[in-house]
Amino acid sequence: MGIFEAILLTVITAATPLVLAAIGELVTERSGVLNLGVEGMMVMGAACAFIATQVTGSPYIGILAGIASGALFSLLFGFLTLTLVANQVATGLALTILGLGVSGMIGEPYVGQSGIKLPQIVFPVLSDIPFLGAVLFKQDLIFYLSIALVAGVNWFLFRSRAGLKLRSVGDSHASAHALGINVIRTRYLAVMFGGACAGLAGAQLSLVYTPQWVENMSAGRGWIALALVVFSSWRPWRIVAGGYLFGAVSISQLYAQAFGVGIPSQFLSALPYLATIIVLILISHNRRTTLINTPASLGKSFVPDR
Amino acid sequence: MRIELERRPDVSKLFSILSPFIALGLTLVFGGIMFMILGKDPLAALYSFFVEPLTEVWSLHELAIKAAPLILIAVGLSVCYCSNNWNIGAEGQFIMGAIAGSILPVVFYEWQSPLVLPLMMLLGMLGGALFAGIPAFLKAHLNTNEILTSLMLVYVAQLFLDWLVRGPWRNPGGMNFPETRTFDATAILPEMIASGRAHWGFAFAIIAAVLIWFMMRYTLKGFEITVLGQSERAGRFAGFSSRKMIWFSMLLSGALAGLAGIAEVSGAIQQLRPVISPGYGFTAIIVAFLGRLNPLGIVVAGLVLALTYLGGEAVQVSLQISDKPIRVFQGLLLFFVLSCDTLIHYKIRMMWYDLSDTASEGAR
Repeated sequence: MGIFEAILLTVITAATPLVLAAIGELVTERSGVLNLGVEGMMVMGAACAFIATQVTGSPYIGILAGIASGALFSLLFGFLTLTLVANQVATGLALTILGLGVSGMIGEPYVGQSGIKLPQIVFPVLSDIPFLGAVLFKQDLIFYLSIALVAGVNWFLFRSRAGLKLRSVGDSHASAHALGINVIRTRYLAVMFGGACAGLAGAQLSLVYTPQWVENMSAGRGWIALALVVFSSWRPWRIVAGGYLFGAVSISQLYAQAFGVGIPSQFLSALPYLATIIVLILISHNRRTTLINTPASLGKSFVPDR
Repeated sequence: MRIELERRPDVSKLFSILSPFIALGLTLVFGGIMFMILGKDPLAALYSFFVEPLTEVWSLHELAIKAAPLILIAVGLSVCYCSNNWNIGAEGQFIMGAIAGSILPVVFYEWQSPLVLPLMMLLGMLGGALFAGIPAFLKAHLNTNEILTSLMLVYVAQLFLDWLVRGPWRNPGGMNFPETRTFDATAILPEMIASGRAHWGFAFAIIAAVLIWFMMRYTLKGFEITVLGQSERAGRFAGFSSRKMIWFSMLLSGALAGLAGIAEVSGAIQQLRPVISPGYGFTAIIVAFLGRLNPLGIVVAGLVLALTYLGGEAVQVSLQISDKPIRVFQGLLLFFVLSCDTLIHYKIRMMWYDLSDTASEGAR
């Protein structure tokens, strides 16, 4: 395997959790709910996936645990913001703070243990394609899932009736309610989908990226995923483009450190965060396009009148 | 079971006061359950978490030391949140304030004068305000989401501090430890009273809280903040500029966070280290909401959250458990505060059977 393929592989590994968390949040936001708790759900997913893998010995059960914990954790957010109409920004922050706390507590006995890495699934013929074969068809399950999820979400949102309903809830909850769509139920499902995806992203961190548990191991990736959703203008395939761009930035930083470029490592580590800010500026400085793309009811609470 | 909300005709005065207390009570109950799951006697754990730190003079001083940055930051944040500007990067502004204020005792350490200390405080406020000015500028002029930019800058500030104390600002006589030289006596914020360590930072916090309370309640600026926060459109008709408000609220909260940073470094740590805050900037968000965004409420809330830090340290010693439950407590508290606030605006009805069956819907 050449050096270029090796680099591409590390980029994919770094990009996959971002893509996963962002595609989930995209669906949540398309339904009009802004869940800032991605970081918390992600780190919960990472902890639960790692613990379940250590206990059962199967990383596949770990994946399920990651998904389930993310979805359950997001229900907490759903109950507060949808049933009790609490402020979405503040509740999302609460979810992040609580997730970092709870994951740190339940993960503590597992610090320092070496985990089980998720095995690769090799497609027999395809993986022999020179160059791209080894990169795209010798991957773990979560990578394949991430691509399938993006394709699935794209189809769901723009080609299915349920997706149309979900978008209508996000653009005008009052009209959707008047048409007989159950706004609250739709939003609950969208929030849980977002949570499940963030949990899966967390599982990727503790089963593929670095197979171990480290406190706060999501390291701001949940927030970068939130920025990715803005970057994508709420369109699924752009999440992939953005996710791989960010993956490349965070990996280039590691390579630069390894090759001893004369820049202090702290400045290189700050690159992904600075890149996020720059990308946000480029995407949002035009007020009109931002207004057209953003789901119109994003962040607004809905209380059905009767 | 279904839960239905019915909007109250007026804001409930009773629940405005009661809701933080209900939230505290619920947090205690759930905290007790958590300790039980960890295999500890819940009552003993809660006692050493929340009561023991209040029984001795030295720990009351520690309480004031920890409450000072929380109150200072949260008071600034309350202005931001009231005006609908979501600055969540106070942790970064705290760090940059600490760095800016430390220029004098670290770089110009030979200059000793009574002017050093006030200048340090001013520089700290300036550093925090300038750093908060970045998301303010981006939101006001480039339409960029301030939540994400202010948070990203926290990581940048942490890495910048790390670089400073390991690189150019490292103590030349410090055995290669990643820390700056310790501050000269003229650069150390003095103790308030002789009985213990609590420094003037706590006084700054109280003064800031009273001033901001006065501004919010009795001045036109306070009215402007509230109006723009509740309805930008209404504010514009009244001739208020939401762009200026972004600048005002972000710079104010940045300056207060910066002051908290330099007061903490100068009063409590007396040098710069790679990590100078146990997450004060994030905990202050909880303080702001527990205090119901009212500066005087925030003083009380700041003391409560400071108590969770102390209690966390106390149970580490007395029950041999880690410091991790602190974060869980703080997260739970914010959750309960937010859910109890619903009671202020809504009546909550529990429906034990499903009313929305098609039959009853059709009969209406």
